[in-house]
Amino acid sequence: MRGSAVGKEGKGRAGRSEQRRGCAAERGQNASPAGGPAFRPPAHSRHDWIGPPDRLSNLRPVIFHVPQDESALERRLREARQDTQAWNQQFWAQQNASFQQEKEEFIYSRLKAKGLAVRDETGQKATLNAEEMADFYKDFLSKNFRKHMRYNRDWYKRNFTITFLMGQVALVRALRWLRWKKKNVGD
Amino acid sequence: LSGKLRQFQASPFVRRIRYVTQYNKDLSQRAKPKSDSVASPFRESQQLDQEKKVIHKIIPISPVHQPLSKTSNRNELREMKLAAEIGGSATPLRAESKEERQWKEMKLRLDDLPGILARLSKIKLTALVVCTASAGFAMAPVPFDLTCFLLASLGTGLASCAANSINQFFEVPFDSNMNRTKNRPLVRGQISPLLAVCFAASCGVPGIALLTLGVNPLTGALGAFNIFLYTCCYTPMKRMSIANTWVGAVVGAIPPVMGWTAATGSLDAGALLLGGILYSWQFPHFNALSWGLREDYSRGGYCMMSVTHPGLCRRVALRHCVALIGLSTVAPVLDITTWTFPIISLPINLYISYLGFRFYRDADRSSSRKLFFCSLWHLPMLLLVMFSCKKSLLEKEEKGDLHGGNHGRAMEIRLP
Repeated sequence: MRGSAVGKEGKGRAGRSEQRRGCAAERGQNASPAGGPAFRPPAHSRHDWIGPPDRLSNLRPVIFHVPQDESALERRLREARQDTQAWNQQFWAQQNASFQQEKEEFIYSRLKAKGLAVRDETGQKATLNAEEMADFYKDFLSKNFRKHMRYNRDWYKRNFTITFLMGQVALVRALRWLRWKKKNVGD
Repeated sequence: LSGKLRQFQASPFVRRIRYVTQYNKDLSQRAKPKSDSVASPFRESQQLDQEKKVIHKIIPISPVHQPLSKTSNRNELREMKLAAEIGGSATPLRAESKEERQWKEMKLRLDDLPGILARLSKIKLTALVVCTASAGFAMAPVPFDLTCFLLASLGTGLASCAANSINQFFEVPFDSNMNRTKNRPLVRGQISPLLAVCFAASCGVPGIALLTLGVNPLTGALGAFNIFLYTCCYTPMKRMSIANTWVGAVVGAIPPVMGWTAATGSLDAGALLLGGILYSWQFPHFNALSWGLREDYSRGGYCMMSVTHPGLCRRVALRHCVALIGLSTVAPVLDITTWTFPIISLPINLYISYLGFRFYRDADRSSSRKLFFCSLWHLPMLLLVMFSCKKSLLEKEEKGDLHGGNHGRAMEIRLP
């Protein structure tokens, strides 16, 4: 899985570039326009980093921090988050792209039916008014209903799993800290 | 990297370049840079150096993978970038540094937390919900009990915070894709989902406990039911069926009922009437709002009347505007207000019905906006008029409406 490839690399220079490439690939079509380097969090940071909304999916990509002493549970959580991020990115990028494309096709076909050119004399794109667009919106929604239902169900499942894992990780960390404290106070 | 960039931006190096650009842009101007930094001869010569540098290096730069180690190279690169900016050509590198600046560390800062939680709990909406609950409390035909009022308001507010937080927790990818909601805390990663759920629990549990134990069990049950209705029925239904709007209207109608039951301890006709008024109000309010969001709803997969059944959307909005007139007339019949209420409220009810009719007929953005904005002031005004026309207890006593005169007087003594 691309996600784990991103995570497993350490903090070495080579590892960094792997992470970079992995992240750019993960962001799919949103690799920076000229194929330049993707964002690299500073080496000293011990937190995840979240970026600006992706152009296609409008979701904000996250670069996950891999601690040196990552436990199995923490790895499960990170991989779940990476997997969900990739899955979400794929769904919404495809959804938005197909929406845009179908909208363009609809406008074009309606304008043709009315006998108008796509661009008028001034070179501006002709648009349809809200009422005409409403037919398209309704159609798009009903066409994709089953897909949305499936996505909803999966999203809720993933969201609950991730949050539950976060809770487990937090609990384990809290217990570890308490044990450490008790030990130190005892000494 | 972003640390270095920040350092760079703060350094005097950048400021000098700014002086230079001013100089360059108005070639006719020979004026020296502003005297807030007295130009020493040394600096002047440096500026001239940079001028030269700038002039010679205004070329579009093809993006090349830059080695991390050479900091001076980086600085030069930044300078060239800025020079290119002067030249007016936006390079991909400039876009890249801008994008880099937009990456944020997902670290929770404690001084940001109040603001984040306020947005997570939709604090403004919560405040309005508490207001409607207070209206229900105020309209109840019992003497005013301040403690009970405060407890009920606080409990309702906490319950509303919890419900709103869970709603945002469920809707992260959808909120990201809609303009109205894309700046919410979970979307921006300012708070983790775990923390959002914990916050919701730490508001909801005390809130419902407060209502159940500090006010009465009926109000607590209504509060818990409302949270359930909003998070587990309305939120998922938004993507399944247009019936979500009716469920949402019930969610909005319950707070004033809660206020009433908090005051009286029982669910009587007055409570239902107030709930009915809020229920009817939701339709012109929401249907008008959703009219302008049809594209976002369609793309995000939301099943709203405005998208799938636009005619129904407008009919229902108009229907319920008119229903408000009817409900206002029922109020004096149930002895909640005097007969002045339907008379005084008629103008505003007629006005919103008129706007509802315009929305029904014209079905365009401007009529929907007018109706929406009218609904925002219509409700507070209606509740205010209702309160001012409330049938006073004394009046009821004189007419012998209250059960047993002694009971009435005993209640009066308890007034603060």
